[in-house]
Amino acid sequence: MTDGWFDLIATATRETLVMVLIAMAVTIPLGLLLGVLLLITGRGQILEQPVANKLIAAVVNVGRSVPFIILLVAVIPLTRALVGTTIGTTAAIVPLALATIPFFARIVETSLREVPGGLVEAAVASGARRRDVVSKVLIPEALPSLVAGVTITTIGVLGYSAMAGAVGGGGLGDVAIRYGYQRYETDITIATVVVLVALVQLLQFAGDRLARRLSHT
Amino acid sequence: MLLASMLEIQQLRKVFPNGVVALDGVDLEVPDGEIVGVIGRSGTGKSTLIRCVNRLEEPTSGRVLIDGQDVTAMRGGELRATRRKIGMIFQHFNLLTSRTAADNVALPLEIAGVDRKERRRKAHELLELVGLGDRVNAYPAQLSGGMKQRVGIARALASDPAILLSDEATSALDDETTHSVLDLIRTINAELNLTVLLITHEMDVVRRVCDTVALLDAGQIVERGRVDEVAWHDSRLGRGLRVEAWPPRDERQAA
Repeated sequence: MTDGWFDLIATATRETLVMVLIAMAVTIPLGLLLGVLLLITGRGQILEQPVANKLIAAVVNVGRSVPFIILLVAVIPLTRALVGTTIGTTAAIVPLALATIPFFARIVETSLREVPGGLVEAAVASGARRRDVVSKVLIPEALPSLVAGVTITTIGVLGYSAMAGAVGGGGLGDVAIRYGYQRYETDITIATVVVLVALVQLLQFAGDRLARRLSHT
Repeated sequence: MLLASMLEIQQLRKVFPNGVVALDGVDLEVPDGEIVGVIGRSGTGKSTLIRCVNRLEEPTSGRVLIDGQDVTAMRGGELRATRRKIGMIFQHFNLLTSRTAADNVALPLEIAGVDRKERRRKAHELLELVGLGDRVNAYPAQLSGGMKQRVGIARALASDPAILLSDEATSALDDETTHSVLDLIRTINAELNLTVLLITHEMDVVRRVCDTVALLDAGQIVERGRVDEVAWHDSRLGRGLRVEAWPPRDERQAA
């Protein structure tokens, strides 16, 4: 094994976590906004806007259809414009967030759709504005399901972040490619996989616990 | 004594986009302080009628006057302000699962911008009124159906409404619970002088709680009158009020 392999894995793990956390910090508010808009502009909803709804849905669908590995390369000019570089952890965050926002938006939409229409009606009958319906009914009622959605999405980003390593994005994927694959150091590959498995287990465990704690049904 | 009308429905029509005529020119008056029941079988437009009063459903034509104000002409903030004066209870209670009983009752006050301390005081007072003073911190999942509807009633009363709309509020409850919820509505009607419009498919509900009753059939009101008078009429309502079962047995055989 390469000397200092522990430091190598530790640094890579830190890079991966930074990528995932920042990508999620961008994804959660923007995906939530898009998901809420997707739902409330739909037919029979509180802000029915067929044209806007179709437009948002089309953008989200296009975003979700592009394979991540292609997106990674395709957005290089945008990445350079936004963060000034096209390699390294910071650069990887741009395609990561771009791929994840539409995915999370659909998850949010699905979660919010599960809130019974009667609860929205009860609020509207009490004189609620649209923003009251979103902030006091839709989001709080869907919260356990939204937390489960954040868990799924975060684990997805973790997987994507490893792929970002393939194009010089840093992190565990980068280490696995450069040391494990290109230098035939299989034990390094195994070490990265072990860390990734542990991270996924931890995320799922924490997400499940939080969702359960928030649920009062 | 001449009673003023808290609610007046004039020539209300509702045609759904698919062409179904749910309401076909309904006229109905709900005098101040009275409990008026609208009874009818499923699919006769009862629910559409009550939902047109606070515009959960948009009427196609006709007018709805609350305390003389035309609800059908209102927009935006004016409509929301009027909705606060119209309490509503629902068949499936529609309580927020994420909030305690007290916080559910406080929701209309929160929407109206009432401060936290006052919301809390009022929610506790109302839960006390509906007999749930000891369950203020319970979540809906921890309450029985009857208790949930009591929370629903407390919520409907939170912004001191002028009228209470009851949309099949006891249809999901067993007989005993139905009676206790109806008795509560009676008590609130008497103590707060609250006008009530309720719709139901159960004659027992009319018999137990209503002052006046109207029979809705195929989107039109076909019979109406004071419950104590109608009970003696040889009419569908009269026969219905005298027998236990609804619809009356002889009618079911005739049909």
